[in-house]
Amino acid sequence: MNFDLVVVGGGPAGMAAALEAYNNGIKSIAIVERDVEPGGILQQCIHNGFGLHVFKEELTGPEYAQRFINMTKDTEIKYFLDTIVLDIAQDKTLTVMNSKQGIFELKAKAIVLAMGCRERTRSGIGIAGDRPSGVFTAGAAQRYINIEGQMVGKKVIILGSGDIGMIMARRIVLEGGEVIAVVARSSFPKGLTRNVVQCLDHYNIPMWYSHNIVGIYGKERVEKVVVAECDKKTKAVIPGTEKEYACDTVLLSVGLIPENELSRQVGIKIDRKTSGPVVTESMETSMEGVFACGNVVHVHDLVDFVTEESRKAGKNAALYIKGEITKNSQPNTFKVAGGLSYAVPHMFRPENLGDKFDILMRVDRVFGKCYLVVTEGGKELGRYKKPFLTPGEMIKLTVPSSIFKGMAGKEIGITVEPEEEK
Amino acid sequence: MECCYEKKLVCVSCPMGCRLTVTVCGDNINVSGNTCKRGEVYGKNEVTDPRRMICSTARIKGGVHPVVPVKTDKPIPEKLKFKCMDVINSLDLKSPVVAGDVVAANILDTDVNIVVTRNM
Ligand SMILES: Cc1cc2nc3c(=O)[nH]c(=O)nc-3n(C[C@H](O)[C@H](O)[C@H](O)COP(=O)(O)OP(=O)(O)OC[C@H]3O[C@@H](n4cnc5c(N)ncnc54)[C@H](O)[C@@H]3O)c2cc1C
Ligand code: SF4
Repeated sequence: MNFDLVVVGGGPAGMAAALEAYNNGIKSIAIVERDVEPGGILQQCIHNGFGLHVFKEELTGPEYAQRFINMTKDTEIKYFLDTIVLDIAQDKTLTVMNSKQGIFELKAKAIVLAMGCRERTRSGIGIAGDRPSGVFTAGAAQRYINIEGQMVGKKVIILGSGDIGMIMARRIVLEGGEVIAVVARSSFPKGLTRNVVQCLDHYNIPMWYSHNIVGIYGKERVEKVVVAECDKKTKAVIPGTEKEYACDTVLLSVGLIPENELSRQVGIKIDRKTSGPVVTESMETSMEGVFACGNVVHVHDLVDFVTEESRKAGKNAALYIKGEITKNSQPNTFKVAGGLSYAVPHMFRPENLGDKFDILMRVDRVFGKCYLVVTEGGKELGRYKKPFLTPGEMIKLTVPSSIFKGMAGKEIGITVEPEEEK
Repeated sequence: MECCYEKKLVCVSCPMGCRLTVTVCGDNINVSGNTCKRGEVYGKNEVTDPRRMICSTARIKGGVHPVVPVKTDKPIPEKLKFKCMDVINSLDLKSPVVAGDVVAANILDTDVNIVVTRNM
């Protein structure tokens, strides 16, 4: 089967990219989604907190997904549901599989990668002890409770201060379970401050900072865990601080990793910091005509930003199919320092930017009042005041594109400068 | 508590999470640190009549999944959050439902309704 555009993944990123391409004149579009329905991770995120930027109201995950599903229904965009993409070839042929048609091929002029991310598991972090049942990733627990309607346990301890862990702590308490604590290896929350307040504080669930679960024990089901304090800097366990807690369930919320097996197989360049493809201002990857957006590029905490980024990918995929993408100059690349861990896009051509340029980034530690400073060859191009930066909250820095006017092949520096220094 | 006090809060009305300072002096409540009007309303409510949105799931027959997500259509008084959960857990819905359908009206005499948040 031939399509102009094939989108891999039917989450918010895939749907927004497909819709935007459609609205830019591309009518032959397929979305391939391995789940039985579109919506991605949003279908299990039943809490509210989505859509304030895009829809100007606060929606739950399923409501946000429903709006996009409804919008795609009025189009000719074709869904292949319950269908998984197994492989992408250099000539943009996708090998896909489902239970009805078996293995078949889709040929595309352009591809958008929107596979989202997956969770790190226990084996990825190495906790000692037995291998009883009752240990779940927080996302798997979220799916059991919110989609399958199954409670995961009665007395729960959660490792990891990311958003999913905090949201699940509240969810379990609302459903009548007990949450002993959320155990955080870091000395600050990895998720949004707002979630510390509305998920933990409002429900009297303690957060134990600078602690770790060092052992999980039980014959068939989890019976107890051992929690120890760890050093604030090195995160090494402090001997003699171990304490035992009886519980029947452990949730691990220890981070998300972009799902890039397909991207790697076809040889797309991956950034080691984000674990996602290296992208241009058009959200194009190192493989021409293959675009990427959403959590597959870098882990987002706000779906609104996913939607914006995906619209950009969809629009540029449409331009590419119509032969209207220009690449006449050497792109400039970002080099981050001083507490920033990455910036997306990784490279850009100023002539392809609108009036304003959104740069998404994260810091690797907490900052109070500070400046984000943009430089080129020692010259300062812009300085932007920020009241507070934390690794748990993605930074969207909007700069006037004019500051990069005429630049090509340059290395653009971005750094954090605490206010005291100036 | 004294009649005059200061409370540090984080506004949870949107993901910005502005850090608020609420100064209460008798009936005089002053909110600072907010970026928008909603933060002021939130700060005032937190010290007078705190309310919470409740999002959960309700049993459904004949849908693609055994439960369907629901929410309160407005925030409910904080004290009633577990009673609200009891109401939601007593529901037994039948497919089809459409996002926005009211499945329990005026619960606990609060003028708050329970609505489903997706089609199923
Ligand atoms: C638990 C949790 C809570 C969150 N809370 C909030 C919040 O309160 N507010 C907010 O704004 N944002 C929140 N977010 C963030 C936001 O929901 C996500 O960033 C967003 O959903 C990511 O969209 P996506 O389309 O990139 O990925 P996903 O939603 O993960 O979609 C990816 C899709 O691709 C499919 N797929 C993957 N590989 C293949 C393949 N090989 N073949 C076919 N299909 C494939 C998957 O099945 C999935 O449906 C939260 C995220 C999580 C995980
Ligand atoms: S004050 Fe306004 S901008 Fe700040 S968190 Fe509250 S609602 Fe958001």
